[in-house]
Amino acid sequence: MSFKGKDVISIRDFSKEEIEKILEEAEKMETSLAKNIELNYLKGKILANLFFEPSTRTRLSFASAMQKLGGSVIGFEDITSTSVAKGESLIDTIKTVEKYCDVIVIRHPREGSARLAAEISEKPVINAGDGANQHPTQTILDLYTIKKLKGRIKGLNVALVGDLKYGRVMKSLAYGLAMFEANLTLVSPVGLELPEQTIKEIVEKFDTEIIQTDNILSGLKNADVIYVCRIQKERFEDVYEAEKVQKSFRITSQMLEKTKEEAIILHALPKTVEIEPSIDKTKKAKYFDQVYYGIPVRMAIINLVRP
Amino acid sequence: MSEKELLVRKIENGTVIDHIPAGFGLKVASLLNLEKTHSTSVILMNVESKKLGKKDVVKVENRELTEKEVSKIALIAPSATLNIIRDWEVVEKKQISLPEILEEVIKCPNKNCITNYEEINSKFIVEEKEPLKLRCYFCERVFTREEVTS
Repeated sequence: MSFKGKDVISIRDFSKEEIEKILEEAEKMETSLAKNIELNYLKGKILANLFFEPSTRTRLSFASAMQKLGGSVIGFEDITSTSVAKGESLIDTIKTVEKYCDVIVIRHPREGSARLAAEISEKPVINAGDGANQHPTQTILDLYTIKKLKGRIKGLNVALVGDLKYGRVMKSLAYGLAMFEANLTLVSPVGLELPEQTIKEIVEKFDTEIIQTDNILSGLKNADVIYVCRIQKERFEDVYEAEKVQKSFRITSQMLEKTKEEAIILHALPKTVEIEPSIDKTKKAKYFDQVYYGIPVRMAIINLVRP
Repeated sequence: MSEKELLVRKIENGTVIDHIPAGFGLKVASLLNLEKTHSTSVILMNVESKKLGKKDVVKVENRELTEKEVSKIALIAPSATLNIIRDWEVVEKKQISLPEILEEVIKCPNKNCITNYEEINSKFIVEEKEPLKLRCYFCERVFTREEVTS
């Protein structure tokens, strides 16, 4: 199984074995980090971080991962200071940037942009989010986090909670969890359900058991892992309705008491009102651990695909 | 079917697209931009058919279709057959079928797909032929026949 030069565009491009290999490599990276071992796998290599829309975690996480591998980072996060603002096409931007670097990381508001970049570039391209489509490295780090914290993925009851329709994270994650044989409970307000075609694909491909509900309490009751995402107000025409839904889908400490003793809560962050702040201090809140696991996972991915 | 029954004369050279489901003849004609070409063409509607009950037929003089055009027809009229006419004779008769991959044939209906903003050919993977399920190679969305032909 060779990853050299492979693009990381969609979780759908990966087999279970390939993801397992990345998780194994991430484990090794985490051990090196824990022991403060200086790594030089990417010495003399450059990663280009092309962020056509804002990001804190993903951009810094890739930069940190590359530097911990001994490499260096170039890039932009504000297109107003680039030729894109002058009307340069994505194709031309990629053709230019690939001459400056060894690996490209791209986040772009249009779906399919990372796939297009990969078609153009001879250097490996890693998708850091293309519109509402995919965010594969987030999915892999989520799988790694669950495996680390729960010891397994297979057979776990995972509740995906919030806006499952528009978020790229949940679509990729549902696919990844199904591949690893987790049981899925999809908890979302009416109208923000996981797209029918995603559910159909998962069920047909992986024979996954899926429960769908708009009742948050019943959705959380049997969950081993509660994965929460934001409900964005702008998805609603009526502000009052938006606030009502946000409120009813807010995880509170009272709700948490009714969940399993060993349940954990994850979130791709940034979070706003969907988790009561006091929950951060509970032992169930694991989203900041999840952020940390992004580093070894992205180190593993960069190291595996480097030319 | 005799010439008298078809109401129009035979063509010397060109293409007859037969077995188009009734009601889709105009769509096929528009898809081939027949109104903008110099070829003489005829659209026959609601012709009696043993296979389909009623069918539409499109005849185009002095023109043979490209692969891309055939794929476009296959999207809206998968039951259609093509008859290539040379010197008044049918020299080739073939059932239209969709290729595994459709390139350049249609635009991606997803308005936020990058193919609608960059100079790049669209590309769809034919995941299922009946009912039609097309996945955009770039944005990964899945579309039905109605979504790509409306």
